[in-house]
Amino acid sequence: MSSCLMEGNEAVAWGALASGCRFFAGYPITPATTIFNTLLKIIPPAGGICMQGEDEIASIGYCLGASMAGLKSMTATSGPGLSLYSEQISFAIGSEIPLVIVDVQRLGPSTGSATRGADGDVQFMRWGNSGGLPVIVLAPVDVADCFVLTMHAFNLAEEFRCPVFIASNKEIAMTKESFDPDALIKPAIIDRIVSNEEKFFPFEVKEGCLVPQFLPIGGKTLVRQTSSTHGDDGYITTDYNVISRFQNRLKNKIDSAAGSFAFHESFIEEEADTLIITYGVTARAAKAVYDEQKKLGRPVSLLILKTLWPVPEKLIRDKAETANRVFVFEMNMGQYYGEIRRILPDKKVEFLGRMDGRLISPRQITEALGNG
Amino acid sequence: MDSLLNTGRPPVFCPGCSHERVAKALDKALSNMGLTGDKVVIVSDIGCSGLFDTFFNTHAFHGLHGRALTYAAGIKLAKPDLNVIVTMGDGGIGIGGAHLLAACRRNLNLTLLILNNFNFGMTGGQFSVTTPQEAQVGSAFLNRLEKPLDVCSLARSAGAPYVSRCSSYRNDLPDEIEQAVRFEGFSLIDMWGICPGRYTKRNKLTPQIIDESLAGNEPFTGVIKENLRKEYGLHYREIVSGLKKVSPPAGINAEYAPPEPGRREVVILGSAGQRIITSGDILCTAGLTAGLKVTQKNDYNITVLRGPSISEIILSPEDIGFSGIEKPSVIIALAHEGVDRRKYLFGNLDENTLIIRIKGIDIPDTQATVFDIDLKEQGFKIQDWALASLAVMARLNKVISFDMLNAAIKHVFKDKILESALNLVNRAELKKRD
Ligand code: SF4
Repeated sequence: MSSCLMEGNEAVAWGALASGCRFFAGYPITPATTIFNTLLKIIPPAGGICMQGEDEIASIGYCLGASMAGLKSMTATSGPGLSLYSEQISFAIGSEIPLVIVDVQRLGPSTGSATRGADGDVQFMRWGNSGGLPVIVLAPVDVADCFVLTMHAFNLAEEFRCPVFIASNKEIAMTKESFDPDALIKPAIIDRIVSNEEKFFPFEVKEGCLVPQFLPIGGKTLVRQTSSTHGDDGYITTDYNVISRFQNRLKNKIDSAAGSFAFHESFIEEEADTLIITYGVTARAAKAVYDEQKKLGRPVSLLILKTLWPVPEKLIRDKAETANRVFVFEMNMGQYYGEIRRILPDKKVEFLGRMDGRLISPRQITEALGNG
Repeated sequence: MDSLLNTGRPPVFCPGCSHERVAKALDKALSNMGLTGDKVVIVSDIGCSGLFDTFFNTHAFHGLHGRALTYAAGIKLAKPDLNVIVTMGDGGIGIGGAHLLAACRRNLNLTLLILNNFNFGMTGGQFSVTTPQEAQVGSAFLNRLEKPLDVCSLARSAGAPYVSRCSSYRNDLPDEIEQAVRFEGFSLIDMWGICPGRYTKRNKLTPQIIDESLAGNEPFTGVIKENLRKEYGLHYREIVSGLKKVSPPAGINAEYAPPEPGRREVVILGSAGQRIITSGDILCTAGLTAGLKVTQKNDYNITVLRGPSISEIILSPEDIGFSGIEKPSVIIALAHEGVDRRKYLFGNLDENTLIIRIKGIDIPDTQATVFDIDLKEQGFKIQDWALASLAVMARLNKVISFDMLNAAIKHVFKDKILESALNLVNRAELKKRD
């Protein structure tokens, strides 16, 4: 057996490189900076570009330009920087620009606590764009996830031509951890589908498809990109039929595929009355409780979500089917709890959150379950 | 060469708008250069200047207000051979000020055409960063209170190597634009123009008045000698072409057996400058040499040279779920700053926790087993106490063995530092202080 020692941020960086990421731009911010530090070492020698932007707006802007010119691109920040990304995120959604955005969450609101963990941006990632169209958000639990989910994030960004978030947390990002690099289950790499049409329309979708084919800006065929409401040709349009079709497609291309990337781990015990649902670093404490309760002969079930958005509704309903009680644990004041209640209206759904910079401990979970 | 104007989408500016002249001059410049549409991208943002990309049969990228330079930079770095033309209005220059400064300092080969008509045309003639204080604009009296910006002087002081200021009514405007596009580096033309839709409704401005005011301003005619230097992209590629590929960190093989079974938690409480984090790394690496799973969390102030420095390490033969520390096996107390930050730990301990305490460090009341040691007397410098304490811990066969420690040091250090580190841990004695 052989193991490496790495923090979550380094694993994100190596995962990005392995995915074919060749452009990164970011602005220094704790606890995301070590992603930039690592990529600055590894991307340029691999023929890519790593930039430090003058601010977050610029950093993501560079990425949008580079992505449209054909490079797989990524940026990384924390809550305060994500706030500044917002306008450009809306652009990436509406104009279908593939991009991976890492949000290493820290305790908010506002500048909050730079070196304290939280999962306080879970709804912000989903809704922090004008227009409210769907995005994809993946949440790692450990260093191995940071590597592998970053690879999935690139694949999804390319496949669906949309921004994909990694919802990391200071507690994963800056915690070093051992992992066996040979044991990682890496996905095959997916690239955006390149058009070979004679007449190219940048936002036209083929029969039966929901995602337009791609050509890079700067190639032989002329490509238009625009943040304005556009038709297939990339020119501004006022035709409400075209607009409505386009908005529906942006929603459907993500929502209709949700089942195909509902990453998760589940431990369902037949005799268990209670199902714990959690994600991110809190899943680690929950897993310890699951193990402990099983040993004690008082089993609980556990569902660890690694795809937060679009909400894997079917998965959650299926896993909760036999449970009488569902308990949600998360490092915020109940952001995902609301989603679970919405999906499971006929179950008793309870919640414990913590937002003071400290982890939810196994003891807290056990006490909350009333099994202490 | 043929015109690159898109005949299907002729300019739609208000009659008499100077933007139309600039669009035609740009087309002339590009065709004089013999450029085909696929060799050019026009990057625009918001405002009437933001319509530019639609008039041309070139690549096009239209984005958010004031951010055109950011997209342009990404495109140019990805496609160095493309001619990247950026159009922005005086509004975009204001909101995107940070990007203008960055573009000037960076000197990436982009051409910025500023369509400066002294107001926000599209939104109703509000004042911009270039509106004269005496002008009558859509922001009532507010422009009287703010001094207009001299974009060209700003660009020069920010390091732009090519800055030109001219009237949009110049007859040789195509040549002016061509020179800027041909320049190998960041070039900017501040083109003064007229917005009949808004500005000249209440202000008198004619091509002649523009010429007169330009004559009264410091001239900018292109190359700024003191700012001439290597183009950014070229320079970037030059530097990175010499870099060696970096391989991912190699795995560490399990060779030893840990001295104790089960999960072990260690907390090193020190202060800045005591090499606490490095010692944490070594302890984790020692764990790897015994095939253990490990986690390491560090805690220090953002002012890195002062205050507490703490490393929390877990070693376990099982997967480490919860990575918080509740009942440490060992606490190493090296400085009061670290002890103070974690003082809540001490009250809950029992005799199963070992505290390695350096002489002179006070700790809160505790039931834990305390092992006192005087590293100063043994001749250790304060920055070596953390590593020496690991040696003490290993000598006691707590958490790691001495073999594991030695092996870890060999993984983490090289050459001279390796030698002195091995020396150091061999010197550390178990001698208790009196
Ligand atoms: S509002 Fe002014 S800038 Fe805009 S098109 Fe009309 S004249 Fe030109």
